[in-house]
Amino acid sequence: MEVQGLTVEFPTEDGLVRAVRGVDMHIAEGEVLGIVGESGSGKSVTALATMRLLPKRAQVSGQVLFEGRDLLTLSDRAMRGVRGSDIAMIFQDPMTALNPVFTVGEQIVEMIRAHAPVGKPLAWKRTVELLDLVGISEPSRRARQYPHEFSGGMRQRAMIAMAVANRPKLLIADEPTTALDVTIQAQVMEVITEVQKAVGSALLLITHDLGLVAGIAHRVQVMYAGRVFENGATDEIFYRSVNPYTKGLLRSIPRLDAKEKTRLYTIPGLPPSGLSRNEACPFRPRCEFADAVCGTVPELVEVVPGHQSRCHHTQEVSM
Amino acid sequence: MSGPLLVVADLVTHFPIKAGLFRRVVGHVRAVDGVSFHLDSGETVGVVGESGCGKSTLGRSVLRLVEPDDGVVAFKGEDVLSVDKTRMRELRREMQMVFQDPFASLNPRLPVRDTVAEPLIIHGTAKQEARQKADELLEAVGMRPEHGNRYPHEFSGGQRQRVGIARALALDPSVVILDEPVSALDVSIQSQVINLLDDLQHRFGFAYLFIAHDLSVVRHVSDRMLVMYLGKVVEAASRADVYDSPAHPYTHALLSAVPVADPGVERKRKRIVLEGDLPNPGSPPTGCRFRTRCPIAHELCAIETPPAVDVANGHMVACHFPIERGETLLDRVAQLGRSVGVIGG
Ligand SMILES: Nc1ncnc2c1ncn2[C@@H]1O[C@H](COP(=O)(O)OP(=O)(O)OP(=O)(O)O)[C@@H](O)[C@H]1O
Ligand SMILES: Nc1ncnc2c1ncn2[C@@H]1O[C@H](COP(=O)(O)OP(=O)(O)OP(=O)(O)O)[C@@H](O)[C@H]1O
Ligand code: SF4
Ligand SMILES: [Mg+2]
Ligand SMILES: [Mg+2]
Repeated sequence: MEVQGLTVEFPTEDGLVRAVRGVDMHIAEGEVLGIVGESGSGKSVTALATMRLLPKRAQVSGQVLFEGRDLLTLSDRAMRGVRGSDIAMIFQDPMTALNPVFTVGEQIVEMIRAHAPVGKPLAWKRTVELLDLVGISEPSRRARQYPHEFSGGMRQRAMIAMAVANRPKLLIADEPTTALDVTIQAQVMEVITEVQKAVGSALLLITHDLGLVAGIAHRVQVMYAGRVFENGATDEIFYRSVNPYTKGLLRSIPRLDAKEKTRLYTIPGLPPSGLSRNEACPFRPRCEFADAVCGTVPELVEVVPGHQSRCHHTQEVSM
Repeated sequence: MSGPLLVVADLVTHFPIKAGLFRRVVGHVRAVDGVSFHLDSGETVGVVGESGCGKSTLGRSVLRLVEPDDGVVAFKGEDVLSVDKTRMRELRREMQMVFQDPFASLNPRLPVRDTVAEPLIIHGTAKQEARQKADELLEAVGMRPEHGNRYPHEFSGGQRQRVGIARALALDPSVVILDEPVSALDVSIQSQVINLLDDLQHRFGFAYLFIAHDLSVVRHVSDRMLVMYLGKVVEAASRADVYDSPAHPYTHALLSAVPVADPGVERKRKRIVLEGDLPNPGSPPTGCRFRTRCPIAHELCAIETPPAVDVANGHMVACHFPIERGETLLDRVAQLGRSVGVIGG
């Protein structure tokens, strides 16, 4: 998938919220791309826009190319065909995908049959295999239960089973484990990566947890105020970041392996509001490198091959 | 003053489970089931554990925001659980609580200056003086004077949390119970609030009971820690002991499940994946409550509840077969010829 110049605006009572301000993004076959950034930076809106799942009043422009087609110009019907078969989504709250009045098995069968001419018995057999794949014990009994009979972690697994039912080429997971406890989170992340490898899909993992992407992403894209601020291989971002925001973010995380009770680094101030029309670098008021040049929004430029950063002072930051 | 500021011993808080047409009591959730700890002035005790293990109930029970069923809470030597309402109100001046969701605890119709001044006025300070103190407090938590006139909805989550903290500090308490004070905040804002709490502690000598599910945050702020599982403290020790030589299998698993924001570390590290879900707190397992997920459980674990024992200099652990210093849970699992889910490494 290749996203070019994606812009999303929402008209609201307070004015136009410019949620996504020209995002370019690509993800290769089988690749794991992590998208990180603070609350409101536009991570979810970017993902929902590519899936055409935003409310009608959202004003979307740009291109979302998937295997040569621009998803933004497809008919609603063609888009429904893409969703759930070529591209599937895993949400933070499994109940956005699961229907409480049908059994878990019925819903997965339905998902399989909506995209492929498969008979019910075969679809049921596949469903049981899928539940087994995501680590649900006694899958044939569990398939006959309703979502409310599942624990939070099991519902998340069931949703994952549903998402991968048609072997999608791209799996988009938006904060898939944020609502779960750490020990359950570890189980679910293991399931997602196992399943992603088994099916061979690419994975777009959206999270504010930098620890989660450190472990599994091949590449990381950092968002701030509706824009991509830095993009590069995981090690490039974690060890050789040249962006003041990324660097600040990495330094302000309390680490589990910290040796002493040290003082945390803090980025002063707050992220700008989505309403802001300011044409300066959005990080300027919080940035220690800022000067007069930062009165314009910097371009996303390549620092080394495959590593881009949006900052006027890349030279100084990298020193 | 001699002795610890706050002593909690064998604290028990159960909630009735009601069911059916007549809402009959069909059982009890043992939310806090025999918890003991102490808190000295100026120190921070962290409380960690997964959702539903009783962290919030523990904090609320200490302040009698829920009534404990049994046990002792002694504040500066006074038996908190037996005092009358009037005395309890006085005691709450000295023991304050900050909640996870500052929005729910701030009055939406009151400018934040008045919200911060309110407890002072209730406790008899003149209005003018209370407002002035409120401005000082807002400044101490890093807000600008003109912010005082604004309403909660005009602030970000981090700013609202600062207001909640300012309000809790208004009466100059000696104990502050912080229930997930930074859980709802973004990393960059979270570090601002953590540093703020640290500054205030140095300046005013507050003792914190810091409740959180994020083990990295708790490691950062705590002097000592309590690890809870289903209403019980399974391990209590200094921060270094808990993180560097944990003795309870659950603590091992919990620490190992937390991802570290360092790709090099993550690639090398073996992470244990516990099997199964958290048991229903209404009907916890017999014996050791962790035994249904414990990779090293023996028969004894189903029969007898492990008592808390001191394994080294006040390092308390409630397990029949504690992991030894220098040993890992994976070592023990291997030694027993068993297996456990592992990612990475
Ligand atoms: N339906 C909507 N109407 C108006 N504004 C919206 C809508 N959805 C999102 N926004 C705004 O768009 C911006 C980006 O939101 P988005 O949900 O993409 O953030 P995010 O990076 O996913 O944050 P989080 O980490 O909190 O999930 C925010 O300012 C948000 O308030
Ligand atoms: N007022 C109440 N009535 C009945 N049950 C309750 C009440 N408050 C808490 N419980 C139950 O007591 C147990 C402990 O809850 P508590 O809120 O203390 O957990 P916690 O560790 O704070 O969890 P979290 O991390 O989700 O905040 C849970 O099983 C919960 O459902
Ligand atoms: S007492 Fe037994 S079941 Fe409980 S943690 Fe120790 S070994 Fe595991
Ligand atoms: Mg989001
Ligand atoms: Mg709680």
